[in-house]
Amino acid sequence: MQTLARAEAVAAGRAVPAATVRHTHLGERPVVLVPLTTAGEAGAPLGAMVGTDRDEPTLLVVPQPLDRELRFGFFAGLASVLLPVLAEYADDTEVEPATRNREETELCADAPQIVVPNTAALEYVRLVGRSTRFLRTVEDPDAPHPVPVPVPLLGRWLTHYAERARTPGSALLLALTSVLTRHWTTGQSAMEDQHLGALLAWIDPPAGLDGPAGAARAQTGRGPDGLLLSPPAGPATDPVFDNRVLAPALTRYDRARAAGDGPATAGAEAEVRRLVASQLRPTWDDVWRGLDLLRALPEGGHVAERWKRDRWSFTGHRDRVRAGEPPQPKRDDAVTAAQKLAGRETAQARLMAQEALDDPLAMAARRLGGEAFAGTVTGVEMAYSEGRRPMPRPLVTLATPDLPQAEPGAKAYRAVPGARSAQTAALVSVLPLDAGGAEDGAGEGPGPAWSVTVRLTGGMGSGRTPKEGSVPEPGAAVAFTLFEHDPRGGPALPEAELTPWTHGGPPGAATGAPGPADSPDPVTPEDYL
Amino acid sequence: MSTSHPLTERLAALRGPSTPQRPLDARALAALAANPGCRRRALMDAAGVDKGAVAEALGSPARFGQSRFAFSRGHAFEARVKADGCAELLRLLGAEGRAAVPDLGAPGPKGRVERTRQALAEAEPGGWTLLDHPLLALEIAGSTVYLEPDAVAVAPDGRWTVVEIKSFPILDGGADAQKVGAAARQAAVYVLALAELDEHGGSRPRPEIVLVCPRDFSNLPTAERVDVRKQLAVTRRQLQRLTRISEIADALPEGTTFDLRPGPDGRTPTRPREELTAAVEAVPAVYAPECLSTCELAFHCRDRARAAGRVEALGRSLRGELGGLTTVEAVLAAAHGTCGDPTDPAVAALRRAAALRREALAAAPVVGPRAAADDEPVPAHGGGAR
Repeated sequence: MQTLARAEAVAAGRAVPAATVRHTHLGERPVVLVPLTTAGEAGAPLGAMVGTDRDEPTLLVVPQPLDRELRFGFFAGLASVLLPVLAEYADDTEVEPATRNREETELCADAPQIVVPNTAALEYVRLVGRSTRFLRTVEDPDAPHPVPVPVPLLGRWLTHYAERARTPGSALLLALTSVLTRHWTTGQSAMEDQHLGALLAWIDPPAGLDGPAGAARAQTGRGPDGLLLSPPAGPATDPVFDNRVLAPALTRYDRARAAGDGPATAGAEAEVRRLVASQLRPTWDDVWRGLDLLRALPEGGHVAERWKRDRWSFTGHRDRVRAGEPPQPKRDDAVTAAQKLAGRETAQARLMAQEALDDPLAMAARRLGGEAFAGTVTGVEMAYSEGRRPMPRPLVTLATPDLPQAEPGAKAYRAVPGARSAQTAALVSVLPLDAGGAEDGAGEGPGPAWSVTVRLTGGMGSGRTPKEGSVPEPGAAVAFTLFEHDPRGGPALPEAELTPWTHGGPPGAATGAPGPADSPDPVTPEDYL
Repeated sequence: MSTSHPLTERLAALRGPSTPQRPLDARALAALAANPGCRRRALMDAAGVDKGAVAEALGSPARFGQSRFAFSRGHAFEARVKADGCAELLRLLGAEGRAAVPDLGAPGPKGRVERTRQALAEAEPGGWTLLDHPLLALEIAGSTVYLEPDAVAVAPDGRWTVVEIKSFPILDGGADAQKVGAAARQAAVYVLALAELDEHGGSRPRPEIVLVCPRDFSNLPTAERVDVRKQLAVTRRQLQRLTRISEIADALPEGTTFDLRPGPDGRTPTRPREELTAAVEAVPAVYAPECLSTCELAFHCRDRARAAGRVEALGRSLRGELGGLTTVEAVLAAAHGTCGDPTDPAVAALRRAAALRREALAAAPVVGPRAAADDEPVPAHGGGAR
C-alpha cells in the first residue's frame, strides 16, 4: 500500500495522502523547539528557537559552546521559557470522577505539547534531559560547577517528555517529520523524508516547483555565498556554515572576550546571534507551516482519548516532581523496564486498531493484509447456542473482495454504531465465490471474490431475540476485523516488592543503594574540550 | 609488482594523466562494502578518481564535509588519550606501566609498513606492546592502499587488537549505533590488513576491536570491545570482488576516462559536461538512498535513477517487495490493471491495494462512534507505571 502510494507520488510529482484524518493531537498553543548543536560535541548546544508564538520566537544562543558557564546560561534560558508554560498547565486541573477501581483523581485539563523538527532533534531533547537532570545547583555548596536552580528540573521534564515520546500514539513531544510522514507519502525514500525542508517541498511544493525539484533545492541548493538556501533542520549544522562563517565569528568573540573589550565582545556576540538565528529561522517557519498543513486535516475519532492518556502522563510526572522524588535514573531497573515495554506494546496495538477504525485508508491497509474484511451481507441464518438457555448465535454470510488470513474459529470484531464495545464473532468458513464476479472486476476494481461466513457471538443483548439493530440485514455493508478494537495488555505485572528475585534484576537495585551507574557524571576541567 | 601493470595503467588512464591519485582509505573501503554491487563506485575508487570533483563537474555536488569543530574535537580527544606515552590508553587496556611502545618512525610509507611488521615480530611474548599509528598495507586491485589505524595492541597472549579512537560519547554504556557501526566497518578493514602481515595464517589479529570514546559528557576516555566479525566477512568478500575491477574496466568502451581536464589554473574543469556524463554513465551503478550519506556521486546517481523511474530510488526494501517490477511506470501500470501478469503475487497485491486505496479515499472521512472508554481506568501514565 505504501509502495503504491510512493509510486503514485512520483508520478504526481507531489505527496499523496497517507491518511484521511489527523491521527495526532495538536494543541492550541504548542511549544515549538528548534535546537542546534555544535558539531562533534555531545550535548553542547549552539542555540535554539523556542516559543509558542510563531511571530516572536525566543532566540537562545551560546556565543562560545565550549564555555561551561555560557552553556549553563543557555539551559537556564530554556528553563525560563519552558518551565512557566509547564507550571501554567500543571495548575489548571479538572477532577476525574471516581470509578469502580479508582478513586476520584485530579487530572490536568490540558498538557503542554512540544514540537521539534525531526527525530534527531527529539533524540537531542532526550540528551539535554540526560545531561541536565543530574546537575547540581547553586543551592548545593559542594557542587564544583553549580548550575542555576531550575536547570535540573528542566532536565527532568525533558527526560519525561522524551521518554513518553517512545510510547506509540503519544503526542506530548512530537517530531514533525514523523507526524508528516504518517499523513502523507512522498515520492522519495523514507531516509530522505527525514529532511524537513525536502518533506515539506513534497507535501506543499513551493510556487513554480514540483515536489522533487523543491526537495532537491531544499537539500542541496546553495546561495551565492555557498551557504545552504534551506539550512538543515538540525540539530546538526551545515559544515560549510560552521567552517566559513561560524568559526571566524566565534574566534572574534573569543578574542574580544580575552582582551576584556566589553563593547567588542557585545558586538561579536550579536554577530554570533545573528548567524545562529539565520540558520534557525527557516526551520522555525517550516515547523509552523507543517503544523498548519496538519491542522487542515480533521481530527481522528480516537485522538482525544489518546491525548487524555498523555494528560495522565503529564499529571503523573507533575505529581512525582511535587512529591520531591529524585530524578529519573540513568537506567531503568528490570521491573520498570518490563512495565514500560508492556505498556508500549499495548499502546502500539491500541494505536493500530484505533487508526484503522478512524481512517478508511488505515483500514484498507489492514484489509490488504488480510486482517480485516468488509463486504455486503448476502444472507443471515438464525441459530441458537446449545445449552439450558439458548442464546442467539446467528450465522452471517457476506460477499467480500478480502481474503481473511485466519483459520475458522478465529475471533472477529465488528464496530456497531451506538454500542460501547465491539461485537464479537467467530469465523466459520471462507469459500471462493463462483467465478464471474471476480473476473469482470479486473476493470474497475475487483468485485467480491470470497464468501465469508461468521457466527455472531455477542453484542446482541441478553434476551432470546437479538437486540434490534445488532444483527445486520441482508444487503447491509459490514466490516469485520480480526484484531481487537480496544486491546488490553496482558495480566498486570506484580508490584516491585512481589517480583521474584529471578526477575527483579541485579541484587541491590531494589534497596536503592547507589550502584556504580548512579555515581555522578565525571567532570573534567575542560569539559567537552 | 611495481613493474608496468596493465590494470594500473588502465586505471591511471581512467583517472586522467594530470590528476593525482586519491588514495583509498579505510572509510572508503568500508563504504564500498556497504554497497558491494555498485560497479561505478568500485571502479572510480580503485582508480583513485576524485568523485567529489566529478560530481561537482556533473552539476550534482554532494553535501559533504566535516565541520572544523568536529575535526578539532576529534584531534583533541585522541591527543588526550595518547598523552604521556599513551598512558591513558594503556590503562584502559589493562597494561598500565608495563608495555613497550616502540618508535615506528621510518622514511616513506614502505619503510613505515616494514617498521610496523618488524615491531609486530619483535613484540615481547608474554608482555604488552602498543603500536601508536602503525602503517599497514593492503593490496587492492593491483595498487597498494596504505592504512593507518589509531593504534594496535599486542597482548601477552600474542594476539593483536585494533584500537579505534572516536570522539562520539559513550553515554551510560551505550553509543549511537550508526556511529559505532561506521567505526566497526572501518576497523574491520584494519583487521584485514593486519591479517596480511601475520605469518600464522591471519589468526593473530582478534576479530574484536577496542573502541575508545569519551565517557558521558566528560572528556574522560572509556573503552568498549566491539565484535567486528560480521563486518570482517562483508569487507573480505567485497575486497575479493574488487579484484575483478579489470572486468569492469574491460567492459568499458575504448577511451573512456573520468579526466576533468583541469584548465590552466589546475582546478577548473574544461571537459564538456555531456562527455563526462557519458563516461560516468558507461559504468553501471547501483543506487540506493543510503548512498546519499556515503558517496559523493549519490545525487547524480539519484537524478539518473529518478529520470529512469527506477524504484530503487524509493528505497531498498521497496525494491525487494516488487519483484520483477523495476520502474515506477510498471508499478502503476500493474496497479491499474493495464499490464502485468495477474497471477504474479506482486501484481495481484498492487491491484488489490489500488482498489482499496481508491475506495478508501472516495469515502469521506466518517466521524465514527467515539469509543466510550473515557470512564474506564486509564493507566496513570502509559509508559512507566510505578
